[in-house]
Amino acid sequence: MATIVGSVMTSHVPSIGNAIAKHRENDPYWKPFFDGYPPVRAWLDRVKPDVAVVFYQDHGLNFFLDKMPTFAVGAAPEYRNADEGWGIPTVKPVKGDPALSWHIIESLVADEFDITMCQEMKVDHALTLPLALMWPGGGDWPVRVVPITMNHVQHPLPSPKRSYRLGESVGRAIASWKEDVRVLVMGTGGLSHQLDGQRAGFINKPFDLMCMDALVDDPKKLTRYSALDLVREAGAQGTELMAWMAARAALPGRVTKVHSHYHVPISNTAGGLLALQNDGAALARAA
Amino acid sequence: MKGYNEAFQDIPGTVVFDATQSRLGYHLNQFCMSLMKADNRAAFKAGERAYLERWPMTEEQRQAVLDRDYNRMIALGGNIYFLAKIGATDGFSFQNLASKMTGVPEDEYKAMMVAGGRPIEGNRSKTGKAK
Ligand SMILES: [Fe+2]
Repeated sequence: MATIVGSVMTSHVPSIGNAIAKHRENDPYWKPFFDGYPPVRAWLDRVKPDVAVVFYQDHGLNFFLDKMPTFAVGAAPEYRNADEGWGIPTVKPVKGDPALSWHIIESLVADEFDITMCQEMKVDHALTLPLALMWPGGGDWPVRVVPITMNHVQHPLPSPKRSYRLGESVGRAIASWKEDVRVLVMGTGGLSHQLDGQRAGFINKPFDLMCMDALVDDPKKLTRYSALDLVREAGAQGTELMAWMAARAALPGRVTKVHSHYHVPISNTAGGLLALQNDGAALARAA
Repeated sequence: MKGYNEAFQDIPGTVVFDATQSRLGYHLNQFCMSLMKADNRAAFKAGERAYLERWPMTEEQRQAVLDRDYNRMIALGGNIYFLAKIGATDGFSFQNLASKMTGVPEDEYKAMMVAGGRPIEGNRSKTGKAK
């Protein structure tokens, strides 16, 4: 049976891609951000996931306003990145795990989540940059991926509560998968930021830190917020917090915090990182 | 149920990208999407007005693009994720666009971010009703 090793949630700001491409990890501006990652990389080296199931929003590379699914699951053998028109370098393709993707799709639909199924899908910086942060160096990716996108572009957005339930359902699907694979669940985006209008540059550190704490011990508490609340409290693009909530919800039992890190700013955004170990899986391994 | 657009009116300095905005800006955002191809970026830079004529936008929207007036583009239905492709075509970062939208020099904007960003105090609610 499949095992969920834990969850990693991280910001995915596009300028991280340029910083990596230009080797700026040790520049004074970037070092306080990149310094958050080594402890999580060391943990990943120990738990060695085979597959990453990644919750994120597509920012217009694969989906546009012509067809905008609220939730979509990729089921492709390979996912390619492409020119996003944002001046960030493209990265190498990522392998998929179509059998696990279809199992998750079947479980979600049985659970009454009417998701969109995609046998072809481009993946944008919201999937590729978190992989590059976890597994730097430009070698082959050590994981296959199952991308799960959430609409944070076009309102009405799904609610935080619905996003959380989606994560719970994905967690149940993974736990019932017959293959003996080790699965990491990732949620990418956020934390507080606003890119547009006169409120651009908005950051809400107390709210971010409260959320990062709640995600460890009391994640359901965050489901009382509406999408409107998140726009107000976390910024117009801070709604990406919902991807963190879904990734956390996939871990049903007790968790141990592996590492957390918070740094303002990366570009216009509060950079957050949280890694949680699934205690159930850790116990099973020790036995 | 309170109208979706109405519910967002209370947040200062923010245009939420809802149905109203998305319907207004559909072709403006389509134009932005075309800039994901290097050939199209070159064609746009070679003749901006002629390139903009290819999309059934309003004249107001075309003028806002030519003026690089991002607040105006947003008011006319542009979404920042798509508008940023114009910025990148011009060689500008998100931070540069943010400095334009907030009307402060880029170095001043960057300094504000390094100092912790724009705070929630005074930026939560126009009416003060939201706590
Ligand atoms: Fe994002």
